[in-house]
Formats: sequence, C-alpha cells, structure tokens
Amino acid sequence: MTALLEIEGLTKRFGGVVAVDRCSFSVPAGTITALVGPNGSGKTTVFNLVTGYAQPDTGLVRLDGDVVRRPHPVRLARRGLTRTFQQARIFPQLTLVENLAASLQQPWRAIGRRAVSPSDRTRALQLLDEFDLLRLADERAADLSYGQKKLLEFATVLMAEPRLVLLDEPTAGVNPLLVETIERRIRELRERGLTFLVVEHNMNLVMRLCDPVIVLDHGTKLAEGDPTEVQANPRVLDAYLGA
Amino acid sequence: MRRVPAARVGGGALVFALLAVFPFVVHAAWIVNIGVITVMYAGLASAWNLFSGTTGYISLGHAAFFGIGAYALAITFNHVSGGGGYTPFYVLPLIGLGTGVVSLPIAWIALRTRAITFAIVTLTLFFMAQQLAFNLRGITHGSQGVAAPLPSFSVSDFDRPFYLAMVGVLALAILSYAYIRSSKLGLMLLAVREDEEKARSVGIRTTGVKLIAFAISAGLTGMVGGVWAYYLTFVYPQYAFDPLILIGTVLMAFLGGKGTLWGPFLGALVLVPAQQYMLTRFGASELYLVGYSAVFVVILLFMPRGIVPSLSAGANLLRRPPSLPAEPDLGIEAKRAAS
Amino acid sequence: MHNVIQATILGLLTGGVYALMASGLTLVFGIMRVINVAQGALVILAAFLSYTLFGRFHLDPFLSILVVTPAIFVLGMAVQVVFIRSLRGAEGSELSLLITWALALGIEGVLSAIYTTTYHATLPSYADTSWDVLGYRLSMVRVLAFAASAAILLLLSVLLTKSRLGRSIRATVQNPTSARLLGVNSDRVSAIGFGIGASTAAAAGAVYGVLYPFNPGSHYDLISRLLSIVVLGGLGSVGGAVVAAMIMGVVQSIVAVEISPIWSAFSFFVVLLAVLLVRPQGLFGVRERIV
Repeated sequence: MTALLEIEGLTKRFGGVVAVDRCSFSVPAGTITALVGPNGSGKTTVFNLVTGYAQPDTGLVRLDGDVVRRPHPVRLARRGLTRTFQQARIFPQLTLVENLAASLQQPWRAIGRRAVSPSDRTRALQLLDEFDLLRLADERAADLSYGQKKLLEFATVLMAEPRLVLLDEPTAGVNPLLVETIERRIRELRERGLTFLVVEHNMNLVMRLCDPVIVLDHGTKLAEGDPTEVQANPRVLDAYLGA
Repeated sequence: MRRVPAARVGGGALVFALLAVFPFVVHAAWIVNIGVITVMYAGLASAWNLFSGTTGYISLGHAAFFGIGAYALAITFNHVSGGGGYTPFYVLPLIGLGTGVVSLPIAWIALRTRAITFAIVTLTLFFMAQQLAFNLRGITHGSQGVAAPLPSFSVSDFDRPFYLAMVGVLALAILSYAYIRSSKLGLMLLAVREDEEKARSVGIRTTGVKLIAFAISAGLTGMVGGVWAYYLTFVYPQYAFDPLILIGTVLMAFLGGKGTLWGPFLGALVLVPAQQYMLTRFGASELYLVGYSAVFVVILLFMPRGIVPSLSAGANLLRRPPSLPAEPDLGIEAKRAAS
Repeated sequence: MHNVIQATILGLLTGGVYALMASGLTLVFGIMRVINVAQGALVILAAFLSYTLFGRFHLDPFLSILVVTPAIFVLGMAVQVVFIRSLRGAEGSELSLLITWALALGIEGVLSAIYTTTYHATLPSYADTSWDVLGYRLSMVRVLAFAASAAILLLLSVLLTKSRLGRSIRATVQNPTSARLLGVNSDRVSAIGFGIGASTAAAAGAVYGVLYPFNPGSHYDLISRLLSIVVLGGLGSVGGAVVAAMIMGVVQSIVAVEISPIWSAFSFFVVLLAVLLVRPQGLFGVRERIV
C-alpha cells in the first residue's frame, strides 16, 4: 500500500522540553491509522506539526510523495488534508448550513457569488442528513449540544472532499451512542476511499476500528503494527504502565 | 444570508431619499453643515464597520486613510487643473481606488498580528502617517498644510454639493457592506470572526479575505477624506490625521452596533449632533473634551453592544417565543436505536 | 563617532525614564489584559502637578515624586474599580483600550481648562547644569531622572519578586484562573496592579516636566511611543519593556543626531514594525498557543 502521509525525523523542542524526537512513521492510503500513546507522548504536537500549527525544528512531512516544505493549515486543507480539534471547533453564530457552506473552499472567482447558493445548500443538507443533523440545519451552531458540535465539526472537514482527515480525539467527552455513530461514519467514509489518522485514548475503539496502530512514547515511535501485534508488545505495556 | 427582502431594499432607498432631499428642504447653513459632518461620520463609521465589524479585528488606524484621501485630493489638484467645480467629486472613485491599493501593504503588515496587538499596531500606523504628513515637507508642505481647490459654488447653498457627495459615499459604503455580507466573501469574513483558526483549517484563505475587506474599507474612508479636503479647502496634518476623528468613528460604530448594516449610521446620527453641541457650548475652553469623554465612557460602559443589536434582541423576544433548547444527545440516539 | 556615543548616552538616559512609564503599562496588561491608553495622560497630569507644586510651594520636582505618586496611585485604583472592572468578555481588552482613551481625553480636557494649551516646563535652578565626563556632556537632570527611574524600577522588581503581593501579581499574570483557585483575590490584585501602573506614570511624569516642555496634548506623542515600546518588548513582559525602552531611547537619539530630530519619534515606529515582521510576539513575548 502506498503511503499517503509520511513523517521523517520530525523533531520539535519547546524551551527545554523535546516534545517530538526524531519521529518517523507513515500512514498508508485507504486506512484508518491510529496514533496512540500515554499522555505527553507528543501525539497532539505531531498533529500540530503535520497540519502547520507548529513548525518543526528538523524533519519533514510528505503528502502523497511530495515534500510539504512549510506546512500551512490553509495550503494543506486545499491539498486535501483537514483536521478536527480536541475541543470541537465550529462557527458558533452561523447556522449549520452556513458552517458547512463556509467549509467548501471557494476559488477566488466565486467570492462575489451568494453566500449559500442552492447547490451549496443541497450538498450541505445531504451531509447533515448523513450525520443525522438535518432537522437542525438552520439553527445556530452555538445552540447545539457538545456531541452535536463534534458531529458538525466532523461534517465541516468533509465538505471539500479531502483525501486525508486527521481526527484529534473524536470521541472525547462524547456519550457511547454517539461514539457508535462516529465509528460507523468513519468506516463508511473509509469505504469511499478516505484515509484517516486518528489520535485516540479510547482503546476499545482503536482496537476495533484501526489498522495500523502507531504507538508514540516520549516523542518518538515506539511500536507499529496491527492492533493485536501492538497490544501484545511488552514495550507498549511498559510505556503505558510506566507513564 | 438569504435573499434581501423587498421591504429591506425599500427601507434603505427611503432613507437615502430622505437624506438626499434634506439640503433642499432645510436652508439654514449651520444645520446643513451639521448634516455634512453627520453624514461624513456615518460614512467613516460604515466604512470602518465593513472591515472591523465583519472580521472582529478592531482597527484603530483607519483614520489614517481619511488623511491620505484628503491629501491625495488636495495634492492632485495642485498639479492638475480643473478644480473648483464638480470635477473633484468625479475624481473621488480614483482616490478611493488609490487609497485602497496603498492600504494593502499597510494591512499586510498589521494583519500579521491579532486582537489587541492588531489594535495597537494600527494605532501606531496612524501616528506614523501623521508624522509623515508633518515631515515629508516636499510633498505635504509639513505643518503649513496644502491648499485644496477653491470651490466655486454659490455662497447660499455652499454646503449642499458637499453634503450630497458625502451621501454618495455613504450610499456606496452601505451598498458595499450589504453586498459583501450576502456574498461568499462575507461568509468567509464571518468565519474569520467566529473562529479564525477553524477557518484556516477548512481551507479559507483568511489573509486574502481580510486584505480585500481592509482595502475596500480603506478606499471608502479615503473617499470621505477627499470630500472633506475639498469642503475645508485646506489640509493641515493635525486635522487630517486627528485622533478625535479616529476615536469618534470607532465609538459611533460601537454605539450603533458594529457588525450591523445601519448601526454605524445610527451611531453617527446620535453622536455627531451631540458632539457639535458640546463643541459650540464648550469649544473655547477645551472642556468639550470632557464632554466627549463622558459620552464615550457612558456608551462603553452601558451600551457596548450598541443600539441595533439591543433593539433586534428586544424585537426577537417580542416576535416569537424563546426557542426550545436543542434536545439532549441521548434523546436522538435513543430514538435511532429504537427505530 | 563622538556624536554617536554622546547620542547613545543621552538615549540610555532617556530610555530609563521611558522604561519606567512602559513597565507600568505592560504590567497592567499582563495582569488584566487591559491597555491603559491613559498612561500618557497620567504622565502629563503628574507633570502638571509637579509643575504647580514647584511653582507654588517650591517643591523640588524630584521630591514631588513622593507626593504625586501616592495621589495618582489612588486615582489609578479608583479608575480600575469604577471604569474597568465591569468590562469583561472576549472584547474586554479592546473595550478597555477605548475607555482608557476616553479617560485620557477627559484628563486632557480638564488640564486644558486649567492650564490652557500653552507649553509649560518645570525649571529648577539646576535645570541647565551639566557635567563633563570623559569628554561627554551629561545633563544633571537627565542623570537624576535616570537614577530616580532606575531606583523605582528596582523597587518594583523587589516588590514583584519578594513580596506576597508581588507573587500574587505574578501568579495572576501567568495564569489568572489558577491564581484565583489558589486563593488570590483577583479583584484586589487588579485594582492594586492598575494603581501600580499609574504610579510608574506618576513618578516618571513628575520629572518629565523638567526634561521636556509639555502641554495637555502631549499625551498622544507619549502614548504612541509607549505603545510601541510595550509591543516591542512583548505585551506583559516588564523586563521586555525595559529592554525595549532602552533600545528605543538609543535609536531615537541616534536618529535625532545623525538624521534629524523630526524623525526621532518615527524611528520608534519603524523599529517596532521591523521587529514585528520577524517576531510578531515582540522580543520577549510569548506566542499565544492557538490549538
């Protein structure tokens, strides 16, 4: 399988702390890859480095074989790499449809056109339907419950039909029924050709859903393999217990 | 962002019709003069609102573009003949365009910062512009000022053409704001205001979008400055780059409601006559500054959201019952699980 | 070369006084994320007070620091409680900037009514005295002003590092929520902090009138420089403000000598912009974490 995302020798220091230490791994295309590790292992920092929210001290990031010279959120999103955040981020005062319409990635020639064109609205409603949020389509996003906001956020990162979606703790703070919904959506989207890199703490979910599983510890890759392999790895156990 | 209802368009047209008719109905020169200043500030506040109200970036440097537009008009007609009649008004669009273009590098520098730092940097840029006006004597004649063309309008209705020119610029500002708000550009600007990092992460070109809004806003401000220069017939650096114009503009937008279409206009309608009154009563002793100060403090402490949002919140409360809270998660999922 | 060194010395002496004014401004921002645009007006207010004390009671301006500073400390606390405390929310910083600007206008108006817009200067008998040290001229008042500023800054630093109040202040600057959870009374800290900020303006202002002619409108020139200094140093960093003030002092002095005095204020702004292009958070500022 070809690697959609490759990370080579990524290093990031914050003051005296080395958050990410010569970290290398790859995310094969068409997979749901998990990025796990004990607290402080550098998972979110790796996410931030890959998506342009922090600049690496050394190392590089490759997307679909091409080196990403200076990762930048806007450019990466337009190249098909989007992400969600630990605390679900949406546009509070906009309606759900407007949230999705804003996430469409317009070319410059389109900025004079109507904010939400009929085709934009159709596509937004379609996506809201898939997330079971259709009846809230014209409500303000601020009025949603936390779980609904997480679903909305997930929907927004799909609007521009990305190739790779980075999910930062998609089920954190969410009730079990919603976890099931999210898991089902991820599977369905993978069937349609999307690749996922998921940071997660919910180990049951990771074991069910993800393959491969990449384990980070102290900022570098500790283990990589399918769920059973990783689970049986004594060094992984040490890392979690020792942390 | 739905299509603008006919009632709204009609209401707007009515307002401008009333504005346009005003100087033909009222003949007392001092009243029309207040009208000129009111519409001038309405234009400035609306232009400011086009950037700061939509993006949430509070710019404290916009008054610099007022001064740039003023100098641009005066200096142009020192080298080009034709001033004195209506020609300077026809040149205004060019001045707007020029100011807009000049604002781009300034905006690009300022937009590297966020929030309060942005406010301070834009304020710094304002002071820089004022210093340049004083120091670049070759171009601006420094503290001696630059003469603008001498208008040849009749004395009896002298203020009228300037009043109408200001109304024209205001109309342009309001129309621009309305158009942008209903367009994709407006949607993107709102996204920037709501959560800029989220906007970037879904691929919105936030820098470009902010620059466009800033340039349009600056251009409109420059046009107001151009009319003002012609009205006063002389441009001095301390009046072209006047901190009082800066803070007055911002506070009128706040008072009326920034981020709304008519808020800044309302703010100017309320504050300018009040300011002019204070100026005439206390102008000699400088105590008018204390009057301004008191009014500004009251606005900021008690009405920071502004008139329009407060009114519309009240209207909403009257119009329909408070919306039901969104159903708790468990409810939906239980329904689905049951189906 | 001689001129450059002379200018540098002068710049350092001036920078010391700016450092004092700026330290209060940046400290207040650090504590409660408020930009006190009236800091310049407070300096001018103190200058006028000191001028009057000198004119009426022949109180030496450097001694008047002891009188003017406590008075303006109390004024500062009152301002915070009455005008600033209620400004909260996401736009609190911008609203407080606007309200302190309004207060600055009020101060300017009152001072104009009392003293008119003529320029004043406090001129004690030693105003023109200068010493010759190694071939360089050192103006006595500038040296005294620098010494006074340095002493007060030292006092401030001792207060911040060694006292209980200082620890509460630093905790609030670093993490307001944690500080409150640990029992710091944030209302009290804010009021006192604002008072301290105003005091630095007062102390500097008492001697400012000896160094420069001033009128009620001078606060704009001052605040524009002070804002550049605190942003350059990094908002909230007192050490940064001091360093930035010294840099600005030297730069403007050299520009005045080598190019022209009319460009000296402008040079503040150029330095600021140049640094911001490379380091938007200022020299010692912390890059706010976005995600």
